[in-house]
Amino acid sequence: MENEMVLDMHDITKSFPGVKALSHVDFTLRKGEIHALMGENGAGKSTLIKVLTGVYELEAGVIRMDGKNITNHSPQEAQRNRISTVYQEVNLCPNLTVAENLFLGREPRKFGLIDWKSINKKAAKILRKLRIEVSATQDLEECSIANQQMIAIARAVDMKCKVLILDEPTSSLDEDEVSKLFALMRDLKKQGVGIIFVTHFLEQVYEVCDRITVLRNGELVGAYNTEDLPRIKLVSRMMGKDFDDLADIKSLYKQKDYTKAETIVRAEGLGRKGSIKPFDMTIRKGEVLGLSGLLGSGRSELVRAVYGADKPDSGFLYVHNRETKINTPLDAMKSGMAYLPEDRKRDGVIADLSVRENIILALQAKKGMFKPMGKKEMEEAADHYIDILQIKTPNRETPVRSLSGGNQQKVIIARWLLTNPEFLILDEPTRGIDVGTKTEIQKLVLELADQGMAVAFISSEIEEMLRTCSRMLIMRDGEKVDELTGNQLSQDGIMNAIAGGED
Amino acid sequence: MKKKLKRLTEMNLFMPVICLLAVLLINVITTPGFFRITMNQGVLYGYIIDVINRASELVVLAVGMTLVTAASGGQDISVGAVMAVSAAICCQILSGGEASVTSYQNSMILAVIAALAGAALCGAFNGFLVAKLNIQPMVATLILFTAGRGIAQLITKGQITYVRVDSYKTLGGYLGKSPVPTPIFAAALVLLVVWLILHKTSLGLYIESVGVNSTASHLVGLNSTMIKFLTYVICGLLAGVAGLIASSRIYSADANNIGLNLEMDAILAVALGGNVLGGGKFSLMGSVIGAYTIQSLTTTLYAMNVSADQLPVYKAIVVIVIVTLQSPVFRKKMKTLRGKGGGMRKSKERAAVKGGNQV
Repeated sequence: MENEMVLDMHDITKSFPGVKALSHVDFTLRKGEIHALMGENGAGKSTLIKVLTGVYELEAGVIRMDGKNITNHSPQEAQRNRISTVYQEVNLCPNLTVAENLFLGREPRKFGLIDWKSINKKAAKILRKLRIEVSATQDLEECSIANQQMIAIARAVDMKCKVLILDEPTSSLDEDEVSKLFALMRDLKKQGVGIIFVTHFLEQVYEVCDRITVLRNGELVGAYNTEDLPRIKLVSRMMGKDFDDLADIKSLYKQKDYTKAETIVRAEGLGRKGSIKPFDMTIRKGEVLGLSGLLGSGRSELVRAVYGADKPDSGFLYVHNRETKINTPLDAMKSGMAYLPEDRKRDGVIADLSVRENIILALQAKKGMFKPMGKKEMEEAADHYIDILQIKTPNRETPVRSLSGGNQQKVIIARWLLTNPEFLILDEPTRGIDVGTKTEIQKLVLELADQGMAVAFISSEIEEMLRTCSRMLIMRDGEKVDELTGNQLSQDGIMNAIAGGED
Repeated sequence: MKKKLKRLTEMNLFMPVICLLAVLLINVITTPGFFRITMNQGVLYGYIIDVINRASELVVLAVGMTLVTAASGGQDISVGAVMAVSAAICCQILSGGEASVTSYQNSMILAVIAALAGAALCGAFNGFLVAKLNIQPMVATLILFTAGRGIAQLITKGQITYVRVDSYKTLGGYLGKSPVPTPIFAAALVLLVVWLILHKTSLGLYIESVGVNSTASHLVGLNSTMIKFLTYVICGLLAGVAGLIASSRIYSADANNIGLNLEMDAILAVALGGNVLGGGKFSLMGSVIGAYTIQSLTTTLYAMNVSADQLPVYKAIVVIVIVTLQSPVFRKKMKTLRGKGGGMRKSKERAAVKGGNQV
């Protein structure tokens, strides 16, 4: 019973113009198992999922469910075949109630009219069963992202799905929410649902998954039982090489004393009502300043206030010890700042524009409308950064939307490096990015700092911060509460500071 | 050869050009003398000259509409009414308040500048509503769509103001001994100026960037609000130019009829040009081709003795066909049909590209 196969994908191949996204990939899912699908960006995880759910047409290969051949032409058809997907961005209607969302498109009816009473009653029952703490009648947008995701899962479960696909569900959740989600996943597992779990977080894989399938460059590397595959092996399978430079990149760069270095940017009582309480901050040449705190603690809000993305309403900002008014991003750029935003899709890439246009955009904006860059100048700049950051793109005129997440992020980094900033702000630059690119970005940050750039670095992964940062601001509830340096910088030290170590 | 053909069919302007050619083909079949051009009393005559001449206002409007569409992801439906406002201002100043004059009462330059300023002001009003107050473009421009002709009536005091001076007819007629109608030059000039602005400054890139993602554009230092506003001002100004051409043709300001329903044709021209009405990347040439397509269609139908009242029906049928041909769903279908034939070759190509990537 335990080993019963639910889903069997065999010899799946899928090509896009210029790229072979999947080549002869096999994937199996058993009843009641949580199966991690791992791989770097562009390895073919999303493509495999999209072929399975009918977003992309099946080009070659066989998909069998319970031994029967199926072909899905649309996500709706996949749903009828009992395959449901919950994406990172929840695909529900925020302005409808929780109950309405649960039964959208399959409302219980009475005499042809929607039976509201039973909708709400049924919804409440489902929520209670899955221990989701929201009311059936409240609007979905009032629920936290985590709860919205669980509601999406509940909807899938109630539609009696046999295969549940969770595509990066944990990227925007905090630890508490993640553990709730895992509890729900384990519940479903017991009920016999096969779960495909796509994630970048290694720890989570080892926490909940039974098996791991690894893809690389659109090819199957192998499927393993979790206990047979130690972490370091998993990483090397994903990257296709022995992987040892992750641990000691920081030791490449000698620890320096930054206290005497030249101050680049200093904030005094800078704040913005309702988002960040007044704070002081100094950043010096060549240092990497970390901003640590839980999601929503104000770490993004702090840098946004400095950069002028949200106009601060109190305090002063000094650039090179001269008071500077920064009301818009353009002001900040002109005083040598650059800002890589947290939400790449919403605030970062201009999806339809080409790689070249995305790279030169910030410099062009800084130069102004009446000094357009020459064709040759733009092409050289784009090619230069495609080369040094190893951006994988067919060519510089490819729309940036067709690149994988990690490469899109590199395009945005290129955009800012081109403006030659003195102070680079990176807000979650490695979120949702494969391990290989992650390491590259961390190395790049240290390299840039070594060349004298001041860098502010925000990340949810403490390990990553420890590897890169020389000093750290601790944020809690929209307030800067602490500043750690030297040997205070340890996993425990940071945790304590974030949690509030006084008592 | 096959490869060349494929690249050709994948070009953005491919479908618009094909549509234009198709309409022209129908023209030649129904009106054998369609492309015949004759010289009569020192000026050129012929259906094709007529099409290009009559399309001038539409071309000018379509250029402005393209920019507005690209930056704000919406359309300015007030352009027809703004044409009437501009014509009214110009004629009223020239006539000095009279209903009909045979000589200018005020300077021509003053009248033209005032008319264009008025039109640009209308555009600025639209731009303020859309860019600053974040009102949906269709709703914001609905205000001047309804009020514009009323304002024009107020300016002309409810009458049709005639300016019966030969030099006033130049813009809509002929310049000196030139055998080619002036509107053609006017449209070409507008196109050239806008093209230069878009390519000699980085406004073109800014407009596309804001149209695709306005928050991200703001964060790289672009003033999204200002750029959207600017496109509406340009659109208003160009509607003013179109109004002057139309007014010069009939040497009068007819508030009720100048530019009537032309806003819909302008939007259609943008769509026929293969531009996405939701904003983002745009093709100016596409819209211009779209404008000429619409005008040749209109001329054909007139030549086939379709009455003006029934014209929209036939136009609609052709538009349905053209829009379907260009729809993503249809194109995808065509692609898969074609793909079945060339599957082998393609996969080889891909393998080669992939090999190149790995190096």
